[in-house]
Amino acid sequence: MPIFKKEFFGYFRSPVGYVILAVFHIMVIGLALYSGYYSRGEASLNTLFQPLPWILIVFIPAVGMRLWAEEKRSGSIELLFTLPISPRSAVIAKFLAALAFIGIGLALTLSLAFTTGYLGDPDWGVMFSGYIGALLTASAFLSITAVCSALTKNQVIAFVISVMICLFATLMGSDWLAQFLGSSVPTAALDFLRLMSFEQHFDTMAKGLIDISALSFYITLTIACLGLNLIVIER
Amino acid sequence: MVTVDRLVKDYGTLRAVDHVSFTINKGDILGFLGPNGAGKSTTMKMITGFLTPTSGTATIDGFDVAKDPIEVKKRIGYLPESSAAYPEMTVVEFLTYVAEARGITDKDELNKRLADVIVKCHLDSVKYRSIENLSKGYRQRVGVAQAIIHDPQVLVLDEPTDGLDPNQKHEVRKLIQAMSADKAIILSTHILEEVEAICNRVIIIDQGRVLVDESPAEFKARIPGATIDEVFRDLTKDSALA
Ligand SMILES: Nc1ncnc2c1ncn2[C@@H]1O[C@H](COP(=O)(O)OP(=O)(O)OP(=O)(O)O)[C@@H](O)[C@H]1O
Ligand SMILES: [Mg+2]
Repeated sequence: MPIFKKEFFGYFRSPVGYVILAVFHIMVIGLALYSGYYSRGEASLNTLFQPLPWILIVFIPAVGMRLWAEEKRSGSIELLFTLPISPRSAVIAKFLAALAFIGIGLALTLSLAFTTGYLGDPDWGVMFSGYIGALLTASAFLSITAVCSALTKNQVIAFVISVMICLFATLMGSDWLAQFLGSSVPTAALDFLRLMSFEQHFDTMAKGLIDISALSFYITLTIACLGLNLIVIER
Repeated sequence: MVTVDRLVKDYGTLRAVDHVSFTINKGDILGFLGPNGAGKSTTMKMITGFLTPTSGTATIDGFDVAKDPIEVKKRIGYLPESSAAYPEMTVVEFLTYVAEARGITDKDELNKRLADVIVKCHLDSVKYRSIENLSKGYRQRVGVAQAIIHDPQVLVLDEPTDGLDPNQKHEVRKLIQAMSADKAIILSTHILEEVEAICNRVIIIDQGRVLVDESPAEFKARIPGATIDEVFRDLTKDSALA
């Protein structure tokens, strides 16, 4: 896929890609150390996975904001859509390219995993499902970002709006919100919010449970957003 | 080869293209003229499948662009008005990307095509430079190279000589003429001698409507003794004053 290649290597053609990766990495390590990676004395990646969704809220829109906005701004979208490529494969290729780049970012955090393996004896199964959870969260966030990026020719606007949507979606089912709303809202409503929540689903995965409801939540959301993305670019 | 039938494009209340029709065949070079905002680029964007017409059809080689966009796009080489390249890529990276996206994946074939367009468009001295660092004229030549890399049956060139120095204008015209034998070519321009020099057909559109559709010689003969510029001004003076 030429578009995949172009997009993926595009991240490395300018310093921006490296900067995004570096900042992501520093945030991950920083937060892990801050929340006591060494001092807790347990061999797990909890300190990595707990703050991870919050980091992804910023990291993913930073990666995905350029996908369509940049093409629209520079006018290259005119070239893209006069090439014999269907809009559907363009949407998918761009999404996968950005996801592959995010995959590199996540792979870098494996350094933490290996350190954990060196220092102790972690549960690799839990770690694996945690990473799957992270990747699924990333693809859902990325598909949201892709839609925002397709709606504007301004990358900054795409970034800000995506961060807001991802943040909102994460907060929606958080324990924090549940406590805040507490008794004022019927429990059924809270349960519904939790069903839609990123945090709840990710927590399950980070604990080592790959459950169907979490999987289908992420996958449905991703596919729905990519469908929306397609509709937006086809006008 | 290219049949355009009553194409219409509305932007809100503005009718940018108003029932434009024409047919051109292999060997034709059609010069598309008209004042700024006449609807030339908009018409071209509909032919190449970038914009969806409000009504009317464009057909290439029997394929309707609305029904078989991929088949139509395969057969067209298109130079957009705003040079639409990726600034961070080098010339070779960009041309390789376009060639691959156009289905030229065989390595030898690809290298042959690349070498060919680099020679034809005089890009050898800049082939490893980033497109963002090129001058406007070189960027324009990259755009032309990109449009012809797959040797298409139909070429749609929106102001191909815009921004080129006189030597390069001449080169590009020669190139277009040399390719015209087995292609149908549509080009837009504001340089009227260009039409006289290479086109065998001229269409003037103004406010979205076709005013004139004839050969350059017939066009010039409209006002005996006048230059092609003067005939153009005479025809489009209404919109110049409006
Ligand atoms: N995206 C758009 N939204 C609204 N109006 C548009 C849009 N694109 C073009 N127009 C209008 O459509 C009309 C035709 O524009 P077009 O670009 O086709 O002109 P043109 O003949 O190519 O002019 P030029 O010689 O300046 O290139 C103009 O009045 C222009 O303002
Ligand atoms: Mg134009």
